[in-house]
This record gives sequence, structure tokens and C-alpha cells, in this order.
Amino acid sequence: MADTAAAPPKPSSSVKLVLLGEAAVGKSSLVLRFVNNDFQENKEPTIGAAFLTQKSHLPHRTIKFEIWDTAGQERFASLAPMYYRNAQSALVVYDLTKPTSLVKAKHWVAELQRQASPGIVIALVGNKLDLTNEDATVSREANSGEGADAVGGEVAEEGGDARKISTKEGREYAEEEGLLFFETSAKTGVSVQEVFTAIANAIPETQMKGAKGPGATGAGTGQTALGSERVNLNQRAEGAKEGCAC
Amino acid sequence: MGHDGEDSLATSEGGEELANDRSKATSPPRDGEDESTIRVLKEEGAETSSKVESSTISQARFQSLETEQEYRPPLPPRPTNVNLLREGSYSPKSSLQRSRKTSRPQLLSTATTALSRTDIHTQSYQDGSRETFDASAQTTPPSKATAAFGSIKRIKDLSGSEGGDSASVKSYAPSLETGGDVESLLGEVLGASQESPAWRLHSTQNGALNPFDSVAYEDDEATVDFYREFDEIGAVAADGENEEQLLNQWKSKRKHFLILSSAGKPIYNRHGDDNLISGYIGIIQTIISFYEGAHDQLKGFTAAGARFVVMSQGPLYLVAISKLGENDLQLRVQLEALYMQILSTLTLPNLTHMFSNRPSTDLRRPLQGTEPLLSALADTFTRGSPPTLLSALECLKVRKTHRQVINDTLLRTRCETLLYGLIVASGRLVSVVRPRKHSLHPSDLQLIFNMLFEARGVKAGGGENWIPLCLPGFNKNGYLYMYVSFVSAYESGGEEGREGQNETGKPDDIAILLISANKESFYDLRKMRDSLVEELEANGSMAIIKSAVRRGRPTATDIVPGTVLRHFLYKSRANVQFTMPSYEPSFTTLLAKRRLLSLYHALHASVHAKNAHLKVHHCISRESISLAWVTPLFELYCVAGPHASRNALAQSANKVIQWVRREEERVFIIGGAVF
Ligand SMILES: Nc1nc2c(ncn2[C@@H]2O[C@H](COP(=O)(O)OP(=O)(O)OP(=O)(O)O)[C@@H](O)[C@H]2O)c(=O)[nH]1
Ligand SMILES: [Mg+2]
Repeated sequence: MADTAAAPPKPSSSVKLVLLGEAAVGKSSLVLRFVNNDFQENKEPTIGAAFLTQKSHLPHRTIKFEIWDTAGQERFASLAPMYYRNAQSALVVYDLTKPTSLVKAKHWVAELQRQASPGIVIALVGNKLDLTNEDATVSREANSGEGADAVGGEVAEEGGDARKISTKEGREYAEEEGLLFFETSAKTGVSVQEVFTAIANAIPETQMKGAKGPGATGAGTGQTALGSERVNLNQRAEGAKEGCAC
Repeated sequence: MGHDGEDSLATSEGGEELANDRSKATSPPRDGEDESTIRVLKEEGAETSSKVESSTISQARFQSLETEQEYRPPLPPRPTNVNLLREGSYSPKSSLQRSRKTSRPQLLSTATTALSRTDIHTQSYQDGSRETFDASAQTTPPSKATAAFGSIKRIKDLSGSEGGDSASVKSYAPSLETGGDVESLLGEVLGASQESPAWRLHSTQNGALNPFDSVAYEDDEATVDFYREFDEIGAVAADGENEEQLLNQWKSKRKHFLILSSAGKPIYNRHGDDNLISGYIGIIQTIISFYEGAHDQLKGFTAAGARFVVMSQGPLYLVAISKLGENDLQLRVQLEALYMQILSTLTLPNLTHMFSNRPSTDLRRPLQGTEPLLSALADTFTRGSPPTLLSALECLKVRKTHRQVINDTLLRTRCETLLYGLIVASGRLVSVVRPRKHSLHPSDLQLIFNMLFEARGVKAGGGENWIPLCLPGFNKNGYLYMYVSFVSAYESGGEEGREGQNETGKPDDIAILLISANKESFYDLRKMRDSLVEELEANGSMAIIKSAVRRGRPTATDIVPGTVLRHFLYKSRANVQFTMPSYEPSFTTLLAKRRLLSLYHALHASVHAKNAHLKVHHCISRESISLAWVTPLFELYCVAGPHASRNALAQSANKVIQWVRREEERVFIIGGAVF
């Protein structure tokens, strides 16, 4: 929060970022940790999408993140293109304790690679690290030599370990697809700030937009679907419904 | 406005001319479909031109309080109440029947809850006005009440031998017809019911306890129990050991909502998980389909003090179970709201499509994420909700000229894709801009307000929101898209509003809602929001809104100095809006509010009863004296402490009417911004 207070004289640019991933993997919690340095134990599901901004001060510049935190529920999936269409970066989040969530994450990665802007920086994030056995402080190092641990993790042989997806599995997939890779905990805050910093560093300066940029792009895309007659409202609303296929 | 004489409530001095007016009385319009849109367009003239019906109240009634001996000071709570609540279950095995029998043997022959005419006035009139009473009393013949109790008794016998819950529920079918006249157990404690004549006759004590104020009352176990109403019921342990205990917990809840598919699949249930209560869901489904099979629609039944109301909507059954003393009509309104929430998530075509494809569809999945919204609605109804009771909206009180400026600002900054624009402060409407052809429906607004101000999801997220939703009142076939951002009422300057609101909102925040049919219009609406907030800041409107929010509602004594009134609800029928004073200082606790609301529900029920031609309805209990007054223009419900005289109450009611008339364009949105 302190970040929002004063605008330093460093060059500043804005980065559009979208969060995607299965419901309840912790997307909103990651954003809450990043923006407010806070965590809520029973966060309610996002409805639609939330738009937040947060400034991040890097050594040589200030980045203003414009973040789309999307809802993971299936019925909102068809709205996703609107959020990632102009995004320069994406966080694809899964839950380390839930195998289906990695499957879903892979779908999102594939869709982004097909449909999003070509240069998009994608970070794959395995969240809820606190539910696994790893100690927060060693998690970064543990990431490397972990194969054995993870095999055991499959059956959760130890009391506190709910890990279902090994670090190796996530990392290898990320490497194949050329994604940044992190394991985080929104709850304890482990690695959360790092994800955003890494994204900011991975985006070439030239691709960054001035703060005024995104509004214009949005207005442009809005134009296509704009009707003129108010009487047609119902009709348009009906058309829109196909979007939310259930 | 020069028609004071016409619709002011007669006091004993001025009531004479009204006494013979009964023939003119017509049943007040019900809250029907045609009334359910906010007519912000309404011309001012409409209100003044319509002829006001006089009240049927007779002079005698007003005098009775002063002159008769029938009124006695309130009594301390009976110990049996505590028992009733402590046992708190509506299982037929409970001590409910027993304790009732011992403490109130007269019950079988008299309707007790009853706000109905039977209750208070019978003994009051020795002066000829009794006939008046008798006539109206016919709407709830005592025999009906007797029948109801008869059936309860029967159940008791039944269950005594069988003990099975299913048996007890089924056996209640005979009481099907009792409709809204059902007796509420809880009423006695939560304040819905009135002191029964029997009770009053038997009482000789002179306790000066006033439960609305009383700490003692609030400390008893009944209270504790109600505070547990909102607690979560845990999950069933793997070994099922805690099941019994969880079921007891489940049964002790005062209010349940169940939604199931006609194939019997559970869709939503307020308390406990499916496994825990699958037996009960099965029973309910069996009962409903039994009637369905007989081509007879089950509307409701009573079992051990709980009223069950069933609503079938296409492929869904919605069931309300209440021990809070609400009548069928009121519960139906609540079920309707839950159904609207489901439509809001899915749209009607999607819902029907899913079930016509696969009747055994499990709706839980597509409704994922909607449970918090349904539960927020359910909890609102359990706490008691004036907007739901009255099917009307509340507006933030600001000066007419100020509202005009806000409206104009909305119109000026309006962007091309905007359908509806609203400014809402802590659940109260500040201003609305809409196309001439479309009005806003209170039921739609209720869903939106619930999502933004009751459920925590949207607001806790911070930031701005882009929410696809269907507003069934507007069009149940498709989605609209709603831009939402909050401005804190406690920070100065709107500039940091957007960044600053990351600190998650207080209940008093101001929400800016911009609704469009175009799903791509987020950035357009966002831009509109920016210029709107900027202009509102610049022309001082934002400061006005913020200070109005911070000020809160005026208290009853602010409105009518020195009044005996503790609280009131005033609904303007033409505007489909209502206004009320602050709950402070008398109704600050959850329980005090619930009791107040229960009283309002009871008053509302009696003036809206099918055959009621009541214009004015007085009601005296040991904890309050209250009044419902209905004319074609308004509905007014007033509550005063037990020691107030009817006369004083009536005078205060008149003062309220005068106040509303004076402040009409401040407390209501009349006109609104239209493009
Ligand atoms: N233990 C633990 N719980 C977490 C963590 N992150 C999120 N949660 C919890 O997981 C649940 C879901 O978190 P959300 O942030 O709402 O998940 P989401 O991805 O935004 O979900 P949708 O908005 O429905 O798509 C909440 O109860 C969080 O408290 C974490 O790092 N550790
Ligand atoms: Mg979320």
C-alpha cells in the first residue's frame, strides 16, 4: 500500500496482467497479498472479474500493474478473451494440492499461446505451498533437488503434506513451454512479490505502455459490439448470453 | 400540499367524522406485479390528485386504551419461553406442546399469535363498536385456529408413539389450509406475537419490564440461541459420531431454505451439508411429489411450530421453513428472491435448457459461487429485512436540489453504452439514470444490493469489478454487465478513491454501478466512472453524499420531537420506496431488530390478509403498542413502547405522515434522471 502513496521521479510504465486458473486455486488471494499484503482465510469466489492497480518499484523504474483477477468458475470462462486480449503478461495459477488444477492451467497456457498477443509473458504459479511439507524459507532451494520428495508427496505420506503436484512436474512443464515458474503461498506470502517482479523484469521496456494506453484499447474493442438502438437491448443481452455457456 | 385533513389518522378528538366511513373502505392494493417497478418517472401531480380513503377506525377504538381496564402493564418474560427456546427443536418430541399445555391451557380455543382482530379488541368495546370488530373478525374464524392446533395435538400423539420425523411431517398435511394464520412459537419471544387475551386475563403482575429496552430480556438463553442462528454447522465426521449433535444443531435453526430439483437433487440448503440432512430432503421431496402426483400443488404446511412453504418454479422446488412467525405470503416473497438469484446466475433459458436436456442435472456445479449470494439473502431474511417485507427500496435522504445536481451529473457524463447508472450508499439509492423505456425493478436491485453490500465477495476483492449478471426483472433471458467500484465515505477526496479502496470496504461505502448490455464496455464505463466521480467531487455532490452517509438515518425523535414512536416504516406505494428512522437507540442488537421486524411482519400480515379490509390496525402487546395504517398512497407501520397511549401513537403517526409529505422529495427519488 505504501507504494501507492508517492510517485517517485523514476520512469514509470504500465503493465497489463491477467490471472487465470481453476476456481479456488488462490488467484484473488495472490492479488490481495501483492496489493494489500493481506490474506483472508475464507475468501469468497470472484464473480466476473476484478480490476486492480498496483505500483511496483523496481531499481530503475516504477511499474504500474493493471491487474485482471478473473473468476475461475467455468461459467465465466468465455469472458476470458476480453481480459487477456491486450495483456502483456499472465499468471496462470494452479493449486499444488489439486491435480485437476494443473490440467486446467495447461489448458489456459495453450489458449494464451494460441490467442493472446504473441509476446505475452506467462508465469506458471503453483500456489498453497504452505500446505505442503516444505518450509517457507527453504522452498526456493528445495525446488531443485526435489524429485524424491515429490514422489512420496503423491501419497502424502507425512502428516502435513497435502502436495499432489511435484515441483519437478511443474518446473519441467514450464520449461517446455517457456514459462516463468514459481511455487507460492498467498497465505504466508512466500515468493508472491517475486512473481510480479520477475514478470516486470521479463517484459521488454519497449513493450511497456504509458499509463494512458489501456483505456484507448478497451474503447476500441468495445466499438465492435456497440449497437445503437436501445430497443435492441434485450436482443443484445440474449446474444451475450451465449458467451456465458453453462 | 393541502390535504392534511384527508389522510391524517384520526385521533380521538378528530376521529368522529371518520367513524361512519367504513362503507367506503376498499381492500388496499396488494403488492402486485404492476406495482413492482420504481416509477421514478411519476409525475408529482398524481399523488395529490388521488382521493384519500378515510380510515375505518372508530372513535371508540382510540378511546379504549384510556378508558378500559383491559390493558395491563407488561409482564416479565415467562419462564416457559426460555424452556421453549432452549429445547429449540421442532421435533415433535420436544416439550413444546407440553409446556404450552401447562402454561396456557386456553390456547386450544383461542388464536394466540394473532395480530388478528380477535386478539385485542374483543374485550375492549362495550360501547357498540364491538359490531365493527365482529365483522372483521370473521376473516379469521376461531374455528380455523382451533383446527390448526387440533392438528398439532394430533401430531404429538402420533409422534409420541412412532417418534419418526417423517411420520410427524406427513401428519401435518391436514393443517395445510391454515395459511397465514399459523401460530408462531418464536413469536412470543422474538416479539412477533401479541399477548394473548388468555394470557392477559390471567396475569395479575405488574412488571414494568420493557423488553425492547431490557437487558435482562436480551440476556436469556433465547437470545443466545438466536445469535447462534448464523453459525455454521460443521461437517459430519467420517465415523458419523457427531451426526446426532449436528442434527440437533440443524433442527435448532429458526429458518431454513432448501432448493431442490424436481428430480429430488439438492441444489442449495442454508444450514448443514447435504449428507447430514439427506433424509429430510428426501422426505420433503416425497411430500411434494405426492401432492404433485395427485395434481394438487402443495403450498405449505405446519409442523411443530415451523411453517413450511413450498414454491415450485419450473424444474425447481424452493422450500422455506420458518419458526419466525412470518406468513406464507412473506415467505413466498423470500423464496421468489432466491429463485431470482438463481436466474440471475443462469438466465431462464439456460436453466430450462439444462433440465430439458437432462432432468437429473446437478445444478450445484453451474451454480458454483452462487451459494454465498443465496446465503447472504437467506441471512438477510433471517435477520429481517424491511425492503423485502415491503418490496420497496430505500433512498438516501438528500435535498431535492442536491439530488438534482447528482442526476444531472450522471446524465452529463453518461456514455453511449450505458443502460442503467446508479449511485448507492450503504444499501440506499442515491440516484439513478435510466432509459425512458426501461424502469428498474426492486427485485433486481435487491439482488444487486445483496451482492454488493451483504455478500462479501465483491467488496472484499477491492478494486473495480466487471460482473456479468442477469437481472430477471429487466430481462430473464440474457446477461447484462455491471461495472462496480466503491468510494469510501470516510476518506476525503475521490481521487485516491480507486487506489485507496483497496482497503476493503466498510459497510457505509458508496458504490457506483454502471450497467451495460455490452460485455466489452468495461473501459468505457470505467472512463465514465472517472469523469462522474471527478465532477461529483468538483460540484460538491460527493461531499454531500458522504456526509449524508456518515450522518445515518435520523432517529424517530429527530423526526417527530418528543414522540412515543420507537420506530416506523413508511412505504410510498406510488414510488415503491420506503423510508424509516434509525434503529438507534432502541433496536441496536441483532435480536432487538429481529423482534422489531417480526412485529412489522405481523402487522403487515394482518393488513394484507386476503379478506382484510383494514385501514388501520392497532396492536397491543406487553412489550409494545403498534399500528399499521394503509391507504392507497402509503403503508405506515409504527411501533411505540408499551406505555404509550394509542392516542399518542396515532398523533405521532400523523406527524410522521406530515414529515414525509414535507420531506417527500428528499426521502424518495421522484423523477430521477431519464434519457
Ligand atoms: N492454505 C492456503 N490457502 C489459500 C492460499 N491461497 C488461497 N487460499 C485459500 O483458498 C481459497 C480460494 O482462494 P481464492 O483466492 O478465492 O481463489 P480464486 O482462485 O480467486 O478463486 P475464484 O475467484 O473462484 O476463481 C480461499 O479460502 C483462500 O483462503 C494459500 O496460499 N494457502
Ligand atoms: Mg478469485
